Amino acid sequence: MIPAVRNPGASPAVPRSRLRAGDTLRTAGGSLRSRPWRAALSALGIAIGIGAGVAVLGVSASSRAALLSELGAEGNLLTVSAGQDVTGAPAPLPDAAPGMIARIPPVQTVSAVGYVPGLLVRRTAAVPALDSGGISVLAAQTSLLHTLGGQVARGVFLNAATIHFPAVVLGAVAARTLGITRIPPGTLVYLGGQYFSVVGILRPVPLAPEIDEAALVGFPVADAQLGLGGHPTEIYLRAQPDQVQAVAMVLPFTANPALPEGVQVSQPSQVLAARAQARSALTGLFLALGGVAVAVGGIGIANIMVISVLERRPEIGLRRALGATRRQVVAQFLTESALLSAMGGLGGVLLGAAATVGYAVSTGQAVVVPPGAAGGGLAVAVAVGVVAGVYPAVRAARLPPAEALRFLA
Amino acid sequence: MIARSAAGHAVTSPAVLELAGVTKTYPGSPPVTALAGVDLRISPGERLAVLGPSGSGKSTLLHILGTLERPSSGAARVAGQDVADLSDAELSAVRGHRLGFVFQQFFLLDHLDAVSNVALGLLYRGGGVRERRAAAQAALERVGLGHRIRHRPSELSGGERQRVAIARAVAGQAAVVLADEPTGNLDSVTGAGIIDLLTALAQDGTAVVVITHDAEVAAAMPRRVEMRDGRIAREQP
Repeated sequence: MIPAVRNPGASPAVPRSRLRAGDTLRTAGGSLRSRPWRAALSALGIAIGIGAGVAVLGVSASSRAALLSELGAEGNLLTVSAGQDVTGAPAPLPDAAPGMIARIPPVQTVSAVGYVPGLLVRRTAAVPALDSGGISVLAAQTSLLHTLGGQVARGVFLNAATIHFPAVVLGAVAARTLGITRIPPGTLVYLGGQYFSVVGILRPVPLAPEIDEAALVGFPVADAQLGLGGHPTEIYLRAQPDQVQAVAMVLPFTANPALPEGVQVSQPSQVLAARAQARSALTGLFLALGGVAVAVGGIGIANIMVISVLERRPEIGLRRALGATRRQVVAQFLTESALLSAMGGLGGVLLGAAATVGYAVSTGQAVVVPPGAAGGGLAVAVAVGVVAGVYPAVRAARLPPAEALRFLA
Repeated sequence: MIARSAAGHAVTSPAVLELAGVTKTYPGSPPVTALAGVDLRISPGERLAVLGPSGSGKSTLLHILGTLERPSSGAARVAGQDVADLSDAELSAVRGHRLGFVFQQFFLLDHLDAVSNVALGLLYRGGGVRERRAAAQAALERVGLGHRIRHRPSELSGGERQRVAIARAVAGQAAVVLADEPTGNLDSVTGAGIIDLLTALAQDGTAVVVITHDAEVAAAMPRRVEMRDGRIAREQP
C-alpha cells in the first residue's frame, strides 16, 4: 500500500490570528476619530444622562455636606425637656438637673433654658397684645450659644453681667417679627410689664428652631423680675460623639430621678437628618430621569453602530481577508461602542461636576462631587455602550467576508 | 516539477493552493452555479492570470482560492490542508499568515496614512506596533513609495493607492498574493506598472494570481487560465 504523502514541508501549522488589546483599542479609537462629529453627537445622549445623574448626586451631596457642617458633623447635641407625668400633669425638671447632667462623664457642655409662661414681647407698650407675634420668653444661661453652636448676627450674647439686668437677646425670627434688624444703643422691647434693652440678635439655629422664635433673658433677671422660679424647662447638652446613645439612655434618670418617665430626650440632629433624607426623594426622581436619558443615549449609540456596520461592510470584509476572526470583529465593534459611550460618560461627569460647582458656589456651599457618582457614571456609560454594541457587533461578525467585499466602498 | 521520494513514488512539489473538482452554487431561484468543477494547482512562485468575461466565475474562484468562501463541493487546499477541515477562525489565521489580497477598489482606510494601511496587513498576527510599522515601511519601499509613507489615501494617485494595497498584501511575506482586477480602476500605463510590480514579487517565491478580464494584462503572465461559465475553458501553456 502506498502511504499517502501529505505535502512534505508544505503545511507548517499556521499560528492563530491574534489581536492585542491595545491594538483593539487603537483600532476602535481610530475609527471614531475618523468621524468626530458623528461620534460626538452620538455620545451626547449618554453625556446628558450621566451629567444629570452626577449633578443631582453632587448637588445633594453638597447640600448634605452643608447640613452636616451646620449640625457640627457629629450630631452629638441632645435635648432634655420637661414632659408630663403618668397622670398628664406637667413634670417640671428639678432645678438641680443641669448640674447633675454636667456630671455625666461623656457630657461636654450643658446649658439650660427656662420658659417663662404668659409673657408677650412687644415693640412698645402701645402695641396691642394681640399683635405680639407669638414670641416666647426664655431664660438662658451664658453657655447656651456655645452649646448650640449658634452665632450672634448683631451685638453680643448674654454675659455674666447682663443676665442680672433687663437685657434681651432676640432669636432670628423674633427679631424679624419685631422689625428689629439693627440695634443702635437704646433699642428696647416691652416684655413682662417693663422695657428690656436689646443687646444682641442671633443667627438662625437650625438645631434648635425654638430659639429662633424666642427672646432670651438671664435666669437671675427672669427669677427676680419675671417670676420664673429658676426651673429649667429645656436642657441642651453635647456629649462625646461615640457616647451619645449611652448618655441618652441615662439622661431621664439623671435629670429627674424622682420621675424619669416625665423627661423627654431627643436628638435634633437626627430630626434634621431625616428631613434631609426626605429631600433626597427628589434626588431619586432626577436620577431616574437621568437613567432614561442614558437609556435613550444607549439606543442612539446602537443605531449609529448599526449604520456604521452597514457603511463599513468593505472594511469588515477587508479585515476578515487580512486575518481577523469573527471574534476580533466583534471585539472591535464592541470596543468602539463602549469607547463612544465612555466618552459620553466622561463628558457627562465633567458636565455634572461643573453643574455641581456652579450650584454650590452660587449657594455658598462647599463643593462635593461624590467620587462614587463620577466612577459609577463612567461604569454605567461603559456598560451601556457594551450592551448597545452587542447587536451591531454580532451583525458585523456574521457578515460572510466574500459578501462584505462585494459592497463598494 | 516532479521529485522522487526515497521509495521511488512520484511526489509532486507542494502546491500553495489547490482546487480539486470545486463547484460553487449560490442558493436562489433558480440557483446560480458560479463554478462548475474547477481543478487548479498553484505552485510556489508561480505567476498566473485568470482571464474571463464578467460572470464567468473568476471572482468566485478568487474568493475560494482566498478561503473567503468555502466550495459547495470538491476540495480547496491551502498548503495541502483542506479548508473543509479548518474552522472559521483557522481560515482567518490562514488568510492572515499565508495569503495577501489586492482589490480593484484598493480598500484602503481613508483615516489611516499609507504606512498604517500597510501595517494593517500584519495587525492580526499579534506582533508589536513598532515591528509592524517597520515591516510596513520596508514593504512601501519595495513598491517604490518610501517617500509617501505619511500620505493618506486621498492624497495619493490611483496607481499609488494600488501600490500601497500591494505593499499591504506582501508586507507579511504571504505565500500567495491574490489580485482581483488590480488594474480595473487604473489607466493602461499605470496598470502595466502594477502588473510589473506584481510579477516582480514572484521573483522572491511569492505566487501571484491575477484575475482580469483584460487580455493584455493576462498576456504579461507566463501562465494563463481562461474561465467560461464556471469552468476552465482553456489553459496556456
